[in-house]
Amino acid sequence: MYFGGSFSWGDFEFLLYGAATTIAITLVSILIGTCLGVLFGLIRSGSPWWISNSLGAVLDVFRSVPLLIQLVLFNSFNSMFKLNWPTFAVGCICLGVYASAFCTEIVRSGVGAVPQTTRRAARSLGLSWLQELTSITLPIATRVVFPSWIGLTLGVMKDTALVLWIGIVELLRSSQIVTSRVQEPLLILFITGLIYFLMSFPIARLGNQLEKKWGMQ
Amino acid sequence: MIRIENVHKQFGALHVLNGVDLTVQKGEVLSMIGGSGSGKSTMLMCINGLEGIQQGRITVDGVEVHSKNTDLNKLRRRIGIVFQQWNAFPHLTVLENVTLAPRKVLGKSKEEAETIAIEQLSHVGLREKLSVFPSRLSGGQQQRMAIARALAMSPDYMLFDEVTSALDPQLVGEVLDTLRMLSKEGMTMIVVTHEMRFAREVSDRIAFFYKGQIHEIGKPHQLFDNPVKEETASFVRSVL
Repeated sequence: MYFGGSFSWGDFEFLLYGAATTIAITLVSILIGTCLGVLFGLIRSGSPWWISNSLGAVLDVFRSVPLLIQLVLFNSFNSMFKLNWPTFAVGCICLGVYASAFCTEIVRSGVGAVPQTTRRAARSLGLSWLQELTSITLPIATRVVFPSWIGLTLGVMKDTALVLWIGIVELLRSSQIVTSRVQEPLLILFITGLIYFLMSFPIARLGNQLEKKWGMQ
Repeated sequence: MIRIENVHKQFGALHVLNGVDLTVQKGEVLSMIGGSGSGKSTMLMCINGLEGIQQGRITVDGVEVHSKNTDLNKLRRRIGIVFQQWNAFPHLTVLENVTLAPRKVLGKSKEEAETIAIEQLSHVGLREKLSVFPSRLSGGQQQRMAIARALAMSPDYMLFDEVTSALDPQLVGEVLDTLRMLSKEGMTMIVVTHEMRFAREVSDRIAFFYKGQIHEIGKPHQLFDNPVKEETASFVRSVL
């Protein structure tokens, strides 16, 4: 292999490959995080205080301990207990649970933003608990918290950089590998940053579009 | 027929309803008046099971509201209620606000539900606002939409909980006109209100609530002009 030299098309392709991994981890993690977050958020907002508070306490652990520590610990458990989960899965589950802790609070604040009287009015029309939830509370809550959820997604995308510590070659790790060969750290970090931006920008734009569409005018 | 027998309700130490007895016949318009905290709004919430009770019983056409075997979602189809805060569903258009329950609860098709909704919305004078979101409506219009929303379920009974209290004074008239129209059409209505002149005009009977009980009940002229109880007289003097 040729060491030293200028940044080539092959290097760029290598970075793009890393970017694809970053996108894959982001998608899977935010999917896990959102599903769990909606579930936990509904439990947090609609159950007796002792259930709600215990769940909140557990999730607080995931929110408070640095993600890097969670990743390394979970990865070590994975090898200690011979679970033999692929590193990709370890990264996604860890990030997913981490995201779910934040998503739970987002969902809870969204549900809390729907006035009790509005929910009552829906029930008074004969809608069941589930019908009220799916036709009234969740749609209104979604509109209220959508910007926060987009923020969470963008945050998770950048947090995926930390999975390089457990050996996943995502975008940031790819850039390090390329840097060690090309020896042009500033150029490569600039390009990498640009790729992160180009991945985030459409999500932010999509968020704006949906917000406009849902404007409730 | 709505039959209320010896109903008691407490919020903690607060005895909100203290043995209420009342029967409302089909086609009757009954107004509930009284000071705030006298229990009249709570009484309404109990009738369609939005609030539980500790003692007594309420039956609607023979169905006991607070019995464990009663399917409340089914019962509520027959009892429309309109609240002080009109509670529009902000993410749905006026038309969707009204078609939601007929579609979800009665299982009507979109077309059927829209036919009903347009009929009811025309009835309350909102034919021109079908595709508008509630936030573009005035308070009076939103309240009329809420009335149409309840009527779209073809209820046998309509409960009104201080429906004009949160409205600007110039919007009160249009909502009261809608209620007048319903009473003329023979709808059975229980109206909690502070609009005494309106209550006097449309009601068959008026119940004066005091300390969680019906202190006095009778025909409007009797209650307003010749109240028997001292508390009724002093309330009537204070509001007229």
